[in-house]
Amino acid sequence: MSTLRRLPELLVPALLVLGTTLLGLSVSSYLQAYFLDTLIKVAIVVALYVFIGNSGVLSFGHVSFVALGAWTAGVLTVPADQKGAIMPGLAHFLLHTNVGNVASLAVAAAVGAVAAFAVGLPLMRLSGLAAGIATFAVLEITNNLLTYDQSIGPGENAFSSVPQTTGMWQAAIGALLCVAVAFVYRSSRFGRMLRATREDPAAAAATGISIYRQRLLAFVISGGLAGFAGGMYVHLLPLQAAGLHLDLTFITLAMLIVGGSGSLLGAVAGALAVSGLYSFFSAATNGVDVLGWNLTVPQGTAEIVLGVLMAFVLIVRPAGLTGGRELSLPRRDVRVEAEP
Amino acid sequence: MTLAFLNLSWPVFANGLEFGGIYALMAVGIGLVFGVLRLVNFAYGQLIMAGGFALAYGSQWNLPNWLSILFSFGVVLVLSVAMDRLVFRPLRTHSPAVMLVATFAVAFVLQNIAQLAFGTFGKSAGALASLDAPWDFGGVEIKKIAVIAVATAAVCLVLLQLLLTRTSLGLHMRAASMDFRTAQLLGVRANRVILGAVVISALFAAISAVFLSVEVIQVTSTFGLSDTIFVLAGVVLGGLNRPIPATLGGFSIGFASGILGGTLPANQSQYLPTFLFAAVIVVLLVRPNGLFTRAGGGVVERV
Repeated sequence: MSTLRRLPELLVPALLVLGTTLLGLSVSSYLQAYFLDTLIKVAIVVALYVFIGNSGVLSFGHVSFVALGAWTAGVLTVPADQKGAIMPGLAHFLLHTNVGNVASLAVAAAVGAVAAFAVGLPLMRLSGLAAGIATFAVLEITNNLLTYDQSIGPGENAFSSVPQTTGMWQAAIGALLCVAVAFVYRSSRFGRMLRATREDPAAAAATGISIYRQRLLAFVISGGLAGFAGGMYVHLLPLQAAGLHLDLTFITLAMLIVGGSGSLLGAVAGALAVSGLYSFFSAATNGVDVLGWNLTVPQGTAEIVLGVLMAFVLIVRPAGLTGGRELSLPRRDVRVEAEP
Repeated sequence: MTLAFLNLSWPVFANGLEFGGIYALMAVGIGLVFGVLRLVNFAYGQLIMAGGFALAYGSQWNLPNWLSILFSFGVVLVLSVAMDRLVFRPLRTHSPAVMLVATFAVAFVLQNIAQLAFGTFGKSAGALASLDAPWDFGGVEIKKIAVIAVATAAVCLVLLQLLLTRTSLGLHMRAASMDFRTAQLLGVRANRVILGAVVISALFAAISAVFLSVEVIQVTSTFGLSDTIFVLAGVVLGGLNRPIPATLGGFSIGFASGILGGTLPANQSQYLPTFLFAAVIVVLLVRPNGLFTRAGGGVVERV
C-alpha cells in the first residue's frame, strides 16, 4: 500500500521535531532559548519548502509573510492598556482589538495567506531569476512599510510587551502543524501537479496543468504557514522590523538549501542541523566547553560559518544534504532533481 | 538662483547628478558581469565596502591620497577576482537562480567578516573629506565631489563604450553577453572575457567606493549596501543585459533618490524604496523576457 510506504515521509520529520522538543525540555532554560528558536525556524523553513521545494521557483520574499504574521499577532495580543504607550501611531481599530494567543496565530496565518495571494496573483507568472528579483522587491517593500508605518505596528522599535506565550510545547505543536500541512499538500494531487511543473513545465502544461494556478496555491499555503510561524515568533521574542529582513531571509534559505529543498525531510533536517550549528557558534561567543576545551569565538562567527557552508553545499551538492529525497520504505524511489 | 520650474536649487540638482553618476558606474559594473555570466551579483556592495575599508586604512596609515586610492583599487580587484575563482566559476554551469543564492551567501559572509574584523562602528575614511567642500561657480556653490564624480563617471563610461566597441576584448564581451555558447564556438575565450568583465566591474566598484567615502565618512560593514540594493533595482528597470540601458537605469535611480532625498520631507522620502521596488515588480511583469532572458529562455512563457 503506497500510503503505508509513504508514512515515514511524515513520521521521520515529525519525530525529528519531537526529539528536538524533548531535548529542549531537558536542558537549562538558558539553552532552551536556542531550541525554541530552532522550532520556529523549522516552521519557517517548512513554509519555504511548500513553495520553493515543490515549485522549484526561488523566493526571497517569504520573510515578508513572516513579518506580516508577526505584526498581526503582535498587535492583536499586546495588552490593551499598554498599546497606546508602545504604539502611539496605531490605527484606531487596531487600538481596541485584542484576541487571545491561538486566535491571534490563526489571524496571522490568514493575513500571511491573503498577502501571499495578493502578491502571488501578479508574481506567479515569473520564474528563475525574475522571480528571485521580484520576490526580493516584495521583501524590500514590506520591510520599508513595516519600518516606517506606525499606524500598523511599532515601526522601527521592538515589539515589546507581547505576552510570551510560545513555550516549548506551543512551538513544537506549531512546527508539527506546519510539517503536517506541508505533508498533506505534497501528497495531494495539487502538490503532485506542482512538482510535475517543476520537473518539466512543458509536459506538465501539455497534460492540462495550469502552472500559474498551482504555483499560486502553493504560494498561498506557504504564505499562510509563514504568517503562522511569524505569529509564534513574536510570541517568543520582542521582534523588530530590522530583524525580519535580509539576515532571516538568508538564514532560512540557507537551512532549506543545505538540507535539500526538494524534500520535506530536507527542509526539517536542514533547519535542525543548521540551527544546531548556528546555535553552537552563537553560544560560543560567550564560551562553550567542547570535550574539556573552552572554545570562545568572536561575534559573527556563526554567520560566517553558515555562509561558507551554504556556498560550499551549493557548489558541491546543489540538491542539499538529503539530495531532495524523502525517507520512505523501500521499493519506491522518490528521487527528484530540484532547482533550489 | 534656482531651477525655478522644477523648484530645485542647484546644489540639490548637483547632488542628484552626483548620485546618478555613482549609481551609473555601479550599474554598469553589475550589468557587465551579468552580461557574460548571467549572474546578478548581490555581493557587489561588499566589494564597495572592501574598497571603503581599504581607504579607511589608507587614512589611518597617513598614506598620500593617490596611494590609498590605489590601495583600495587593489583590494577590490583582488577580492573580485577571488570571488569569481572560488565561488562563481564552480557554479558557472548552474542556473542563474542558484548563482543568485550563492552571491547572497558571499555577500552575507563578507559583511559578517567585516563586522567581525572592524566592529559595529567601523573605521573612518577621512582622507578625501575635503572634497565635500563647495566650489563657487559665480555665486552658486556646488560640492567639489559632485563635479568630480559626474566628470569621472562620464569619462569612465565613454572609455568603457570605446573598449566595448573598438577593441577585440570588447567585441568578445559583447558577443559573449549576446550568446555565450555561440561566442565560445567562434573562438571567444570564456575565461578571458569573464576576467575582463570581473576586472572592469571591480574597477567601477572601487571608484564608487572612493566617491561614496566622501559622502559617508564612517565606513561600516553596511557601507554601500543600501546603494547596491537601489542600483540593483535600477539595473533591472533599465535592462540588465545591455550596458547603456543599465547605465541609464542606474543613473535615473541615483538622480531620483538624490533629488527626492533633498526635496521631499522625511516622512515621504522614507517610502522611496517602496515606490522603487514596486516599479521593479511592474517592469518585471510587463517585460520579463526582454529584461532577463535571452530569446526563448523563458520556459513558462513559451509553453
